[in-house]
Amino acid sequence: MAIPLSYNIRSLKVRWASTVVAILGIAGSVGVFVAMLSLARGFKATLVSSGSRDNAIIRRAGATSEMESAITVDQIRVVEDATGIKRGPQGVLVSPEVVVVAAFPLKSSGTDANVQVRGVSPVVLQVRESVKMIQGRFFQPGLNELIVGKNANRSYSNLDLGSTIKFGGGTWTVVGIFDAGGSAFDSEVWCDTNVLNQVYKRPQNIFQSATVKLTSPDAFNAFKDALTADPRLTVQVDREIEYYEKQSRQLTTLITVLGAIIAAVMGIGAVFGALNTMYSAVSERAREIATMRALGFGSGSVVTSFVFESLCIAFIGGALGCIAVLPLNGLTTGAMNWQTFSHLAFAFKITPALLLGGIVFSLMMGLIGGVPPAMRAARQTISVALREL
Amino acid sequence: MKYRHIIFANIFRKKMRLLLTLGSFTVAMFLFGLLAVVRTAFVGGVDVAGADRLVTINKTSIIQPLPLSYKERLLRIKGVKAVTYANWFGGIYQDERNFFANFAIDKDTYFEMYPEFVIPPDQKQAFMEDREGAVVGKQLAERFGWKVGDRIPIKGTIFPGTWDFNIRAIYEGKRAQDDTSQLWFRWDYFEERKPFQKGFVGWYTIRVEDPGESVNVVKAIDDTFANSPWETKTDTEKAFAASWVKQMGNIQFLINTIGAVVFFTLLLVTGNTMAIAVRERIRELAVLKAIGFSDKFVLFLVIAESLFVAVLGGALGLGLAKLMTLGGDPTRGMMPIFYLSPPAVTIGAILAIGVGILAAIIPATTAMRLRVVEALRRV
Repeated sequence: MAIPLSYNIRSLKVRWASTVVAILGIAGSVGVFVAMLSLARGFKATLVSSGSRDNAIIRRAGATSEMESAITVDQIRVVEDATGIKRGPQGVLVSPEVVVVAAFPLKSSGTDANVQVRGVSPVVLQVRESVKMIQGRFFQPGLNELIVGKNANRSYSNLDLGSTIKFGGGTWTVVGIFDAGGSAFDSEVWCDTNVLNQVYKRPQNIFQSATVKLTSPDAFNAFKDALTADPRLTVQVDREIEYYEKQSRQLTTLITVLGAIIAAVMGIGAVFGALNTMYSAVSERAREIATMRALGFGSGSVVTSFVFESLCIAFIGGALGCIAVLPLNGLTTGAMNWQTFSHLAFAFKITPALLLGGIVFSLMMGLIGGVPPAMRAARQTISVALREL
Repeated sequence: MKYRHIIFANIFRKKMRLLLTLGSFTVAMFLFGLLAVVRTAFVGGVDVAGADRLVTINKTSIIQPLPLSYKERLLRIKGVKAVTYANWFGGIYQDERNFFANFAIDKDTYFEMYPEFVIPPDQKQAFMEDREGAVVGKQLAERFGWKVGDRIPIKGTIFPGTWDFNIRAIYEGKRAQDDTSQLWFRWDYFEERKPFQKGFVGWYTIRVEDPGESVNVVKAIDDTFANSPWETKTDTEKAFAASWVKQMGNIQFLINTIGAVVFFTLLLVTGNTMAIAVRERIRELAVLKAIGFSDKFVLFLVIAESLFVAVLGGALGLGLAKLMTLGGDPTRGMMPIFYLSPPAVTIGAILAIGVGILAAIIPATTAMRLRVVEALRRV
C-alpha cells in the first residue's frame, strides 16, 4: 500500500524554509553545470561551423595550424589541377590564403586585441558559401580594401563601413561587412591575399593554406589521396570541418574539465544539503512515520514516499537552475583562441540536450540525497519512535 | 573556557547533522580554493610581472618580428638599463597535446633580466658551453620525467624539422607563482638553423633604470622607431600580461559569479541547519534561561556552535584545495601557474568565519529573545 503523494507535497510546503534551501542548493549546482557546458559547446560550435563538409584545407605537412604553414604558388598550381574540385564561372574554386594577426582596439575596453586578418582569393565567397555580404561590397583585387566580419565590426573601433585604418604598413578602407553565420570568420577581417603579402613584406608567392571546394563531400578521400601521393607536394589535406574541430579541442577541453570539476564539487555540496534537509525531515517526523507504519503502511512505501519527496525537491531545483541560466543562451563573449593567438567571439549555446542533462544531474543528486534518510525512516522501530518526545 | 562542555555537547548532539553541515561547508570552501587557483592561473601573469621591465613588440602584432639591429639602438635610449630578446618557437614534444611554452633566448642577457628564475651555477655553465643545450622549468621536467643530460627531440611547427636539445639545466622560481613550465634554448643555435627571419627577433624585454620613469622610456622607444618599416609597441610587462588576460574573455566575471552562487547556497544551508538545531532544543534553551543564564549567553552559545563548524569546515576545505595544488596542473600544461595564493587563503578564512556568524544570527537572536514561559509551555 502506498502513502498518498499529496502527503509529501503538503509536507514540503509546511517545512518551506528547509525546502527552499535544498532547492536553491541544487539549482545553483545545475545552473553552473549547464552554463559551463554551454560555454564549451558554444566555442566548439563557432569553430566547427566555420568548416563545411565539402571543403578541404591544404597545409604544409606537419603544420598544426594555418599560422605555421607555408605553401608555394607552384604547389597551388598543382593542387588546382587535381580532380574533384568544383568549378565556378571564374575557374576552379581554390582560395589560396594568408593569415596574419593585427592588434585593433576593442570597443568595450579600449585595449588592443589580436584580430585575425585573412588574405583571400576573389573566389572565396563561392568557396565558403555560408559567408554573405550584408553591407557594402566585396573588395576589389589589388586594392587596399577590407571586408570585415560582423562580430569584428561590432567589437573593434575603426572597423565601420567606410572608415580607414592603418596596420601592417598600409592604409586600408573598409568597404564591406559580411555575415559568416556565427562562425569564427565573423571575428576576422578579410582582404586580397596579394595585397596583404605586399603590405606585410612577405614573399609574394608563398601562401599559408589553400581552401578548396570539392564537387561533393564524397570526393574528399580521392582528392586527399591524389595530393598526398603527389611527389611534387609535401602537404596535408583535411576536411575543413575536422580542421576547425581540432582547433576548438584545447579550450573546449579546458572549459569542460573545469566545468565538470566545479559542477561535481558543487553537486557534492548540494547532496550534503539535500541529505541534511531529508534527515531533519525524517527526525522531525519520526512520530508521524511511526504512526503511519502502525496504521499498516509498509516500510517499502515509507522509502518510496521519502525518495519521492527528495526527487521533488531535486526536480524543482534542477528546473529552476535551468531556467535561471536560460537567458545566457546566445549571449556573446570573447576568448583567446590559442591556436591562432587571436581573439574570437562566441556565444553560450544552451541546447535541449544540455537542459535534459541538467535535470538528470539534479535527479541524481535527489536520489543520492534522499535514499539514506528514507531507509532510516523505514528502519525506525515503531514503538520507540512513538514514545519519543 | 568554562562552558566548553555545554558547547561541545550541543555540537555533537546529532552526529549525522554535524557531519553533513561540516561536509557542505568543507565542499564550499574547497570550491572557493579551487576557483581562487583557477583565477590565479589566468591572471597570475600580471602579478609576477616585474615593475621595472618593459616589453617591446612589433606594432602590427606579436607575430610580426623586429630586427635584431634594434638592440643597440634600444640600449642608447635614455633610461634603458638592459635589453634582452627572445623568439617564440612553438615546438611540440611527441604530441600536440603536450603544449608548453618554448622559446629561443639570448644566453648572455636573459638570466640577468629575470632574476626570479634560479639555476644552479654549474648547470648554467654547462648550458653556456653547449650550443644545443636547453634550460627547462622544474614543473616541466617533472611532467615529462626529464633529467639534466637527457637529449629530447622537439618538433618545430613554425620552424620546420626536428630540433634535438640537451637538457643542461633545470630552473626553479623564487616564488610559488613563478612559471616553471617553460623551455629555453640558445639564440645563436636558433639563428643559425632557422631557414627564414634571420636577423629578426620576436620581442625585446627592457629593464629601465627607474620604474617611475617608465612612461617616458616607453614613449622614447616608440618614437625612435616610428615611421620605420618595423614600428614598435612598448608596454610595461604588467600591461603586456594584462592585455593577454583581457583577451581571455570574461573568465573573472564567470569565476566571481560562480563564487557568489556557492556562497549564497552555503549561507542558506548553514543557516537552515542552525535554525533546525535551535528549534529542536527550544525547551533546553528555555531551561537554561530559567535557571539564570543570561540572554547574551544563549546568543553566544548558538554562535559558538556555528563558528565551530565554520572554522573546522573552512580549514578542511582550504586544506584540501592546497593539497590538490600540490598534485600539479590537471589540464596538462594549460595552467602553468597553479597554486593557492596566501591572500586567497586569508580571504577564504575571513569568508568562512563571516558565513559562520551570519548564518547563526537569526537563530541566535530567536534563542536570545525566547520568552521562557512560552517556550516551556510548548511541546
